[in-house]
Amino acid sequence: MAELALAAPRIRPRLGRDEWLMGGGLLVLALYLAVTLLLPLALMLAKSAQDRDGAFVGLANFARYFGNPALSGTVGNSLWVSALATAITIALAFGYAYALNRSRIPFKGLFRLVAMLPLLAPSLLPAIALVYLFGNQGVLKGWLFGESIYGPIGIVIGSVFWTFPHALILISTALGTADARLYEASESLGASRWRTFTTVTLSGARYGLISALFVVFTLIITDFGVPKVVGGPFNMLATDIYKQVVGQQNFQMGAVVSLLLLLPAVLAFFVERWAQQRQISSLSSRAVPYQPKPRRSRDRLALVLVVTVAVMILGVFGMAAFASLAKLWPYDLSPSLRHYDFSATDGGSWASYGNSIRLGLYTAAFGSLVVFIGAYLVEKTRVAKPLRTATHLLALIPMAVPGMVLGLAYIFFFNAPGNPLNFLYGTMAMLVLATIAHFYTVGHLTALTALKQLDPEFESVSAALKAPFYRTFWRVTTPLCLPAVLDIALYFFINAMTTVSAVVFLYSPDTTLASVAVLNMDDAGDTAPAAAMAMLIVVTCAGVRLLHVGLSRELLNRTQVWRRR
Amino acid sequence: MKVATVLGALALAGVALTAQAKTELRVYTAVEADELAKFKQAIEADNPDLDIQWVRDSTGIITAKLLAEKANPQADVVWGLAVTSLKFLADQDYFQAYAPKGVEQLEPKYVDSAKPPRWVGQRAWVAALCFNAVEAEKAKLPQPASWQDLLKPEFKGKVVMPNPSSSGTGFLDVSAWIQMWGEEKAWKFMDGLHENIAQYTHSGSKPCKMAAAGEAPVGISFAYRGAQEKSKGAPVEVIAPSEGVGWDLEAFAIVKGTQKLEAAQQLADWSASRKANEIYNEGYAVVAMPGVAKPVPNYPEGIAEKMIKNDFEWAAKNRETILSEWTKRYDGKSEPKK
Repeated sequence: MAELALAAPRIRPRLGRDEWLMGGGLLVLALYLAVTLLLPLALMLAKSAQDRDGAFVGLANFARYFGNPALSGTVGNSLWVSALATAITIALAFGYAYALNRSRIPFKGLFRLVAMLPLLAPSLLPAIALVYLFGNQGVLKGWLFGESIYGPIGIVIGSVFWTFPHALILISTALGTADARLYEASESLGASRWRTFTTVTLSGARYGLISALFVVFTLIITDFGVPKVVGGPFNMLATDIYKQVVGQQNFQMGAVVSLLLLLPAVLAFFVERWAQQRQISSLSSRAVPYQPKPRRSRDRLALVLVVTVAVMILGVFGMAAFASLAKLWPYDLSPSLRHYDFSATDGGSWASYGNSIRLGLYTAAFGSLVVFIGAYLVEKTRVAKPLRTATHLLALIPMAVPGMVLGLAYIFFFNAPGNPLNFLYGTMAMLVLATIAHFYTVGHLTALTALKQLDPEFESVSAALKAPFYRTFWRVTTPLCLPAVLDIALYFFINAMTTVSAVVFLYSPDTTLASVAVLNMDDAGDTAPAAAMAMLIVVTCAGVRLLHVGLSRELLNRTQVWRRR
Repeated sequence: MKVATVLGALALAGVALTAQAKTELRVYTAVEADELAKFKQAIEADNPDLDIQWVRDSTGIITAKLLAEKANPQADVVWGLAVTSLKFLADQDYFQAYAPKGVEQLEPKYVDSAKPPRWVGQRAWVAALCFNAVEAEKAKLPQPASWQDLLKPEFKGKVVMPNPSSSGTGFLDVSAWIQMWGEEKAWKFMDGLHENIAQYTHSGSKPCKMAAAGEAPVGISFAYRGAQEKSKGAPVEVIAPSEGVGWDLEAFAIVKGTQKLEAAQQLADWSASRKANEIYNEGYAVVAMPGVAKPVPNYPEGIAEKMIKNDFEWAAKNRETILSEWTKRYDGKSEPKK
């Protein structure tokens, strides 16, 4: 008894109103993520072990999938094509990033901008442009020496194009943080340039490279825009899901292929997290930023590489724009806007463009709201630690879930008889929920980074002054983090405009989307209108991006004066 | 200011009322997208209380969708879908039998023999080859006159065909070859054709559009699409192969259990009318009402005579078997061709 009495005075924080509110908010967020993410995915897992009538059949579907050589052959196809395209992307992106960070070439800002352009387009666009560039009537057909663009060649080129900026961002970050002292040491030890390159440069960027490698591989193996358009008779896993689900309405088989796609994505997720952590810890606070000195041979080579890649990127966009404006490719190239009249083609005409804009705006508005408040609660709540960790983990899941898998999971979940949320099925609201869930992780991490930069003193001071947390949140935290919130909103908008993978299973006749229209028009053979719609998406995203630059600048002037010294 | 607000509210309420008075019909169709706007306009002009919401995709996709939704059908009417698919669904008790006004004036062989009919035919779409004369000239390709011509080695990698699992046009070709030549000879023909195929497409119109753009010199497609592309100025010849051409009937049916039966019947009545048949004829040479059809510009001459004697009963019954055999043989050919 005496012992117990002595041990009793443990310090327990008193749960005030703030803690209850924040804990409650956290719980709501966790439930939200469970409903829009975890439950659909769990249901999909269950479906893969059921037959068409819903009876449990164990692994029979998997056995059937691998028993059919035509189907399981696509696993091999997907692997080698994705590996090859990844290797090319990483090599090019490394060269480009090296030129931007470690050489003295002119116009670095411009080259960086051009390299980011593919982010503004659906992955269908490069594939369509490839048909015009290298197809049987392609302007550069001769470059393929008689090989057909329809098949692995087209898939590889198209994939390299659209994943290039993703790789560049990751590698550029890794190369941007070099310690000049290592180079000085290497030089004074008399190491050759090659040795310095391999032991200092490459070694310093290795985690960035590894993480880029896995991210790009996952992006390519889970993408279906490129193989759909330019794959010809060459089957890939992602197009298989589409064929099973849309072509044969065989949802269970779709679930089986989805699970196969989940494997590389989950692996990439863990490797990426591991590499990210290593990357951060490799730079000590005493590091001296490395400034490249001019060196003619290197700078010239870098310039040649950067110009070549930039010209190719611009060429792809130029080709798509030209094809969308030519009257009757390839026989009458006079300019005409007739392909921009979408009334006689599949895909839902101009209404789908309007729907896409609405989807983009709703996703940007609600998405950044949910993500930012969510990140705030995860970061600042001082109670319910297990709940915080669980919510944070939930927020990281979407990065490991390919869009098609999520889309299929949503069909199973929202269209299930008896689900009280069934009324959402086929509505714009469900598309918004799916898109937010699909792109949740990057927004969450961005918001966390911004929040971590703020001094926790703000909260302590407010608490001491007895100000409720939501006042601090609204008056201090939010204004300080507005640039990050704006970045998140932009990220959501652009991805909502360009994504095909999740929403292709979820749109209804009232909610057709521009990106899906590109796909459907190409399917029906209306390649020029498909190019036109893709260009509309690019122009819209570019316009919003410019708006974002202007707004951010204005915001910096208004709310971020404190950052200046 | 206030008056304006009230007026505005009234106007809005008026719009809402008229919108409410319209019955929205969800209509599943495989009719080409470039004709749908025209049909919607004509139907709604004659039936101001109807609001037609098309859900369009290729024949195979619409069929699969209908099957998948069997427990809980989402469509009110199926309209302009291949009769081989409709028959298959009708046998599963998918449709509400109904005799539209004036159905007796239609050619009996284009209407379901059950009384009242479960489905009613609209018009026939007919297979044809789209042949790009300009590209053929460049590649020194002879103009094919028959299906057998397509087996010639010079056509290797030059022919594009729709995948019959997704495309109704693809299926009617396969079905016609088997009906004309018998199983063995037909599959042998397809084995040979497979060697010359550059790719199988999702939709039946894409091969002709690819031919029109010179992406492939020969597209196995259908006459309407060929005529359209030719009228738009593409250098394509529309050819009806000499052995005979497959065809299928576009037909409509009312989905059993629809909440909007009256509106659906109204659409059915319109769809069997003379006026509807006249509009059908704008793109298709053979329509269900005798004496209506006029020649369609740019159709191959004598194509109506080349239409095979088509056994829909047989085609509907064997559809799944044929498709699975086809898929086993030719789909997912990932290995390079021999």
